Amino acid sequence: MSGFQSDWEGPVLECRDLSISYYTRAATIPAVQDFNLVLNKNETIGLVGESGCGKSTVAMAIMRYMGNNGAITGGQVIYKGVDLATLSEEELRQLRGNEIAMVYQEPMASLNPAMKLDRQLMEVPLFHEQVGEKEAYARAVEMLASVKLPDPERVMASYPHQISGGQQQRVVIAMALLSKPSLLLLDEPTTALDVTVEAGIVELIAELAHSLQTSMVYISHNLGLILETCDRINVMYSGQVVEEGTVADVFDKMRHPYTQGLFGAIPLPSADKSSRPLVAIRGQLPLPHARPPGCYFGPRCDHFEAGRCDAGPIAMQPVGDDGKHGSRCVKWQEIEWQKGGSGEAIEVHDDFGESVLAVDQMKKYYELKDNSIAALVGGGSSRFVKANESISFLAREAETVAIVGESGCGKSTLAKVLLGLETATEGSVTFQGKDLGKVPVQKRSRDDVKSLQMVFQNPFDTLNPSHTVGSQLGRVIRKFGGISDGEAVRRRVLELLDIVKLPGDFYFRRPRQLSGGQKQRVGIARAFAGNPTMVVADEPVSALDVSVAAAVTGLLMDIQRTYRTTLLFISHDLSLVRYLADRVVVMYLGNLVEQGTTEQIFSPPYHPYTEALLSAVPIADTSIEKKRIILEGSLPSVIDPPKGCAFHTRCHRKIGAICSSEAPPLVDLGDGHQILCHIALDQLRAMDPVIVQKDAAE
Amino acid sequence: MTETTLPMPKQPNILARLFKPVLLIRESLVGMIGLALVVFWVLIAIFAPALAPFPPNANLMSTQPPGAEFIASATQMIGMQPASELCNAIEGDPTKVDCGTFWLGTDLTGRDIFSRIIWGARQVLIFAPLATFVAYIVGIPMGLWAGYSRGRIDTVFSFISNVILSFPVLVLYVLVINLIGASAFNIVAAVVFASAPGIFRIVRGLAMDLRAREYVFAAETRGEPLAYILFLEILPNARGPLIVDAMLRLGYVIITIGTLGFLGLGLPPPDPDWGKMIAEGRTFLQVFPWIPLFPCLAISSAVLGFNLLADGLREVSLRD
Amino acid sequence: MLLLIGRRLGSMILVMIVVSALIFLALEATPGSVATKVLGPYSTDQQREIWMAENGYDDPLPERYVRWLGDFLVGDFGESTRFKTEVSNVLWPRVWNTTILAAATMALVIPISLILGVLAGMREGSRTDRTISVASIVTTSVPEIASAPMLAFVFVFLLGILPGTSSFQDGFSIAELVLPTMVLVLYDFGYVTRMTRASMAEVMTTHYIRTAVLKGLPYKRVIVKHALRNALIAPFTVVMLQVNWLLSGVIVTEYYFAYKGFGALLLEAALNKDIFVIEACSMIAVFVAVGTQAVSDIGYTFLNPRIRFS
Repeated sequence: MSGFQSDWEGPVLECRDLSISYYTRAATIPAVQDFNLVLNKNETIGLVGESGCGKSTVAMAIMRYMGNNGAITGGQVIYKGVDLATLSEEELRQLRGNEIAMVYQEPMASLNPAMKLDRQLMEVPLFHEQVGEKEAYARAVEMLASVKLPDPERVMASYPHQISGGQQQRVVIAMALLSKPSLLLLDEPTTALDVTVEAGIVELIAELAHSLQTSMVYISHNLGLILETCDRINVMYSGQVVEEGTVADVFDKMRHPYTQGLFGAIPLPSADKSSRPLVAIRGQLPLPHARPPGCYFGPRCDHFEAGRCDAGPIAMQPVGDDGKHGSRCVKWQEIEWQKGGSGEAIEVHDDFGESVLAVDQMKKYYELKDNSIAALVGGGSSRFVKANESISFLAREAETVAIVGESGCGKSTLAKVLLGLETATEGSVTFQGKDLGKVPVQKRSRDDVKSLQMVFQNPFDTLNPSHTVGSQLGRVIRKFGGISDGEAVRRRVLELLDIVKLPGDFYFRRPRQLSGGQKQRVGIARAFAGNPTMVVADEPVSALDVSVAAAVTGLLMDIQRTYRTTLLFISHDLSLVRYLADRVVVMYLGNLVEQGTTEQIFSPPYHPYTEALLSAVPIADTSIEKKRIILEGSLPSVIDPPKGCAFHTRCHRKIGAICSSEAPPLVDLGDGHQILCHIALDQLRAMDPVIVQKDAAE
Repeated sequence: MTETTLPMPKQPNILARLFKPVLLIRESLVGMIGLALVVFWVLIAIFAPALAPFPPNANLMSTQPPGAEFIASATQMIGMQPASELCNAIEGDPTKVDCGTFWLGTDLTGRDIFSRIIWGARQVLIFAPLATFVAYIVGIPMGLWAGYSRGRIDTVFSFISNVILSFPVLVLYVLVINLIGASAFNIVAAVVFASAPGIFRIVRGLAMDLRAREYVFAAETRGEPLAYILFLEILPNARGPLIVDAMLRLGYVIITIGTLGFLGLGLPPPDPDWGKMIAEGRTFLQVFPWIPLFPCLAISSAVLGFNLLADGLREVSLRD
Repeated sequence: MLLLIGRRLGSMILVMIVVSALIFLALEATPGSVATKVLGPYSTDQQREIWMAENGYDDPLPERYVRWLGDFLVGDFGESTRFKTEVSNVLWPRVWNTTILAAATMALVIPISLILGVLAGMREGSRTDRTISVASIVTTSVPEIASAPMLAFVFVFLLGILPGTSSFQDGFSIAELVLPTMVLVLYDFGYVTRMTRASMAEVMTTHYIRTAVLKGLPYKRVIVKHALRNALIAPFTVVMLQVNWLLSGVIVTEYYFAYKGFGALLLEAALNKDIFVIEACSMIAVFVAVGTQAVSDIGYTFLNPRIRFS
């Protein structure tokens, strides 16, 4: 084909002073500025940063796919020595998908829903290598096999929606690799996937990188994933690279306050809410057209020095002698660098009070209803979704109980039953001495309703966009507080805003004028407006950037501590759970598979699922060693769960036929630690820990 | 809580907020043209009595070409008044009066087309918005309820709306008007009956989408009553698409009312109605083309106004 | 899939039954008024009673409805009071004429609007897009009652190249078909065009189109193989639903051009209280509308693999 050498030995990709802007009606927005990167053969470089830092924009610019309103305003992208700006449309087409390929964030959205996968895959060799149909088909099947998809022929004949999310992503990866590209761009390839599925994809990518001699750019917001996949890392902030270097340098010898801030804000196994609490980065990301002079991180930086940091543009400063490590901080030599944040220790509290909530043998089955007119007339059959199967646990006053599990595990259904939006099919939910399991929220007393409130997941629709913050909080206070006097309500709203550390003039703001973190704070204020006894928090920080998430988590814990509220924290993030929970309930496919104190859950003996989950969570700490357990297959459907143990189809410790024929017993290991498994107790006890802190000496 | 009184923030200007969406339309050329047409016709409808040189049903028995000055016999009647009271006396001829200009000519019975179009605008801009508004009053609550609650209520309401919508629109009008007779009230009723199911469908779709939002979920966990959730949590967030739909629908209702008038199923004579004017004038298309063509332009431009406005609003609302 | 089709047809039949009951109730609930309409306003009470007894109008309402429906199903619509003959003798030729008109219209609307819609939606915001979008808004703003006189004025009187009436007095003539078709096409194409444009524009912003482009496919293949298939699913439904609108437009157009179609027949019948013709025409109109809707739904599920294989 074109003039790109397959045996090119120089840098595969070079970005020189790359600047990218977006045009809106109002202004030109500089999305990325002075981006430099040199990527050598067989190397993987990570671009990490929070949302809005410009990392995906870089990938699109490399592909020269900027849409109608974006453009490269300066600098060059050089691929194998050729400046891509000099290529014609046709040359560009031959480059895309052949020399440079890409894997995207949403696998489902990236595949054409109306086209079978065979066509979508075969197109790549057909259009790049002038091979025949047969040859193209054979190559596609072969590639599907090498991304470890079982039964490639069946996958070939499927439409995208007929396979699971993890499989879709493997197809996208196969499609990218079909023409043996020299450069692979991966844009958050696992963000949309569950942790156990993510682990498989990450392992695959790491393996392929070695075997295929492909250079990769791995874009992610997750430092743990970068650690597992990359050789070098570029940390981006507000359109600039603020620190670059090898993974070891940046993780262990960071030389930029933002990088340090990031590490301080993420929960690591070494972090603990009492000894080393998370530290949020204060303030928020500046808008692209309102960046401060000098260092963009200046206004949020603890080491900011007027006159120096805001004097003018700051260039990348070399750190060390090998020329690989660099920092865009003028004061990097003066700052005392220490790993992680420097939060103050908080007194431990374990003086939990009386039991507030007791869930006992609770079951929730949904009937799959058919609401067509025909069914109304003729009755019709019904099937059941077993969303929750015999769930039992306790939560005491001031205690934080975490419910952990991946999508479809039934954690949201559990929350709905607790709140009375659904009623339990069987069993009881005793809240403050009353069984509310079968009482829908409309029939609960005002006291019960206000005592059990919820914090929601998605900051973008947790608040009603049509009403001001003040009126939304005011409504809750009127409803719960028994206050009706307008002035008193207003005072109470201001108090609440103060508690969640928002200024009073947010009273008249509308949700769209608030940032994600601020909306979550209002959401927390709303839940705590009626002084609840217990708050259910459904993934309250999972949609937030790490620096903001840390602040919201801290706030939630502060308020909980002050008011001695019971917190039921629903999450898929084990690191976060380990950080803040007192007790943990692990769920899989509607079943409670393990429960115990945080200590018990995070050390052996484990339920095999907990073990796999722990192994799957990426940890951004070079001193941690993990046991690798990759689960096979994908999550079974809740409508038709596996017989016997729900986990047996993916279990790496399956002991035999009993697993697929008989429901496992809930084994009590003492001190409230329970595991739902057939494996004998002594064997469970003999398990090794998954996460091991490497010795400092080693 | 401590007793420190927190300062009360100042309330931002409500007027500024209310007018902001209106000002946004400035950014769409198409929308501005639409708005101009709509404002033009609304002003004409409001000031019809002042703008129309003649009473709409004044019969001066003439076949004057358009633009001709009209000199009438002073004793002729315009409506119920003698012509001499409306027109200026001509010096030197006490039997004749000068009635001014028929800008768009007259029809065969000597009625001023210009005046009739102006009065026709008033007619159409009273009944079309009224009928549309009532249709929304009917369709919105049903759509919200069905889309939010789903289940049986939804099945029943949807079936009813499907039945009504399975009639071709005009067939439905012909049947309904045939059944209840043509009168202003009946026409409004027929429009409501035929439009409400369409509105129901749109609102239901929006409600089904919005019901899954967490703020609705939050309202449910507070045990809010159904009406609160429907009208205060869901409806305000559906207003954007509904305003666009309302503009389109208004244009369509204007067409409907005109068409019914054209088919002889509209408002009873003699009040001016654009559709009826077209019907009456169409036989003279060859000889006096202005008689049917000016009402054609009037109805088309009014509908175009609403359609362009809807398109502009949609364009603006899709931005940011 | 089969279940889906069966269910769709079932609900179609249910709708038809309800519609027929409504029409029956609206027109024949009171036997006296039927007799008046059939025998004319100057008939005596005695005449009416005899007629009612002869025609079974003394029977209870449900019984009459079932018999009426049965007659309907075998094509016995009763006798027209105006034409003094079996309704079916008048109706079928009229339906055939309308079919010709509708077919001609659809044959033009579908290609025109799909092509224009795809061209406009392919590059959203381009000059082509804006021109097509505005043009389609303008044409849909001109109702048939306005476009008919305007087009007639231009083509019949100014240019003198087309006949002003389309009554087929000297047998079928293409020339007479042109104006009514033009009126219908002008009003109908805009809506489908805009729907196609919206659908295409939306597809062009999806991630799978980005995937296709970044796979290095030629632009033509991206459009033809990846975009069109997805973009045309929605307009397909709209085109089928357009039949419902067309049946409305047909009434005005046929009336204006004295086209001997079924829309004009319905209108005449309504104005003359020709009760059995009204019944037959409305039933056929609804049947066609509901039928096309069912076809469109089934077609939609067939075109959309997400539904087809679930």
